[in-house]
Amino acid sequence: MADSAVFPSRAAAIVAAGKSAPRHTAIVRVTHWITTVCFLALLVSGIEILISHPRFYWGETGNVLTPSLFALPIPASRPTVPTGYGYVLPDQNGWSRYLHFQVAWVAGFTGLLYAVYGLVTRHFRKNLLPGGADLSWRALSHEIANHLRFKRPSEAEAWSYNVLQRLAYLFVIFVLFPLVIWTGLAMSPAIASAFPAVVTVFGGQQSARTIHFFVSVFLVLFLLVHIVMVCLAGFRNRMRAMITGRAGALKEQA
Amino acid sequence: MSNLSRRKWITGAIAATAGASGLAVAAGLARRYGLIPPDHGGIYGAGETLTYASQRLLTSHSLAREFPRSQISKAPFANGEPPRDEAFQRLQAGAFADWRLAVDGMVAHPASFSLAELKTYPSGSQITHLACEEGWSFIAEWTGVPLFQVLNAVGILPQAKYVVYFSIQSDWWDSVDMADALHPQTLVAYGMNGGELPTGHGGPLRLRVPRQLGYKSVKYITRLTVTDSLKGFGKGLGSASPEAGYAWYAGI
Repeated sequence: MADSAVFPSRAAAIVAAGKSAPRHTAIVRVTHWITTVCFLALLVSGIEILISHPRFYWGETGNVLTPSLFALPIPASRPTVPTGYGYVLPDQNGWSRYLHFQVAWVAGFTGLLYAVYGLVTRHFRKNLLPGGADLSWRALSHEIANHLRFKRPSEAEAWSYNVLQRLAYLFVIFVLFPLVIWTGLAMSPAIASAFPAVVTVFGGQQSARTIHFFVSVFLVLFLLVHIVMVCLAGFRNRMRAMITGRAGALKEQA
Repeated sequence: MSNLSRRKWITGAIAATAGASGLAVAAGLARRYGLIPPDHGGIYGAGETLTYASQRLLTSHSLAREFPRSQISKAPFANGEPPRDEAFQRLQAGAFADWRLAVDGMVAHPASFSLAELKTYPSGSQITHLACEEGWSFIAEWTGVPLFQVLNAVGILPQAKYVVYFSIQSDWWDSVDMADALHPQTLVAYGMNGGELPTGHGGPLRLRVPRQLGYKSVKYITRLTVTDSLKGFGKGLGSASPEAGYAWYAGI
């Protein structure tokens, strides 16, 4: 797996010689972009599904006759939902649900491929797990300070991830993605019938729906920060690395 | 370099062939074991088939979660008004004494039941969740005749694969496979929370399919048809739902 290993010093030497060097493996790039497309499709269809009932509850049940935990201040696609708006949005729930679940399958298979790849090739351990020293309070606060000052990353960071980046990616991959899949499955009456614990662990199907919403919000926030960071770090070089697999010197892009 | 690319090409070709034949075998098996939903065509067919097939394999005998009486919702949402047409009003004026449930199709003895006749069969009761695909839900106690009792009474033929059910509202009809039709919790429901089934909730007669979303629990049912194929019903997609853009299988 020559091109999966990232050797910052060697890569820097290659780039210093005016060439590009390998950055991301084919599997990482392909799964990254399939996940991107899936996420956008899930987001659009998810919003459409949400619009049919933009109210949230906690526990097993909730409907327009019961108090909500909170309600989004948006119009709904159903006339039965009291939103305060004098109009009803067109119902897009049918195709949105078909699309949501179809794309969920693609995303699930892609995630599985990536997870197996990450474990087998030690991608997670080598490239994502922070080193012990990086997790010290000193190192973390230094990195946080750099981020807060919007400091441009050093040349070496084009070949590796900084500790905050590693923690964010690990959180998304091992907490948010599994949780959004789990809470999604928990809303299925058939899955709940076969595996009740999938639901009861959250305290009910409405709780699962509410958590599904919040995890989605966190994923959108991650996406926005991710895009901002890519722009700050050098949009062309980072995009080139994630598309072609190779990255060049930062100066080249200036 | 050319050796390497040739090897890559050959490996890719073998993988593609294996994948394609694997898919063909899987499709054949799925067809044989009834794991292909009637709305499998179209751009969402693949996802729909994966969902239906995997949930059928995992859940065909599972029981919907039942709740203690204390969890029955104090405010069950009916989502809609009872039919306003004259036929329904006339039946309602007669306390639904003339309401009939016809059972036909691939059965040994086609029959038609009044509510009183249905109530002579051993009743079943369950406290289950009704979840709408919009996102809201409530829990209620449902009472009725398990659908399998009705099917046993008329004697379904061995080739039966689906039960299609029709409402007095002609635009609302649906169907379930035999796993759900013969499932002990699938009820021809005439009671709710200890009383008669209110008309807002589908009274006098509603099919309750607790392992699927609310829209499969069609209200005001008047006819059941047992069949081996859904091709002859509507556009052949299994129910009115796919014709309106919604999935036939609503276990999710």
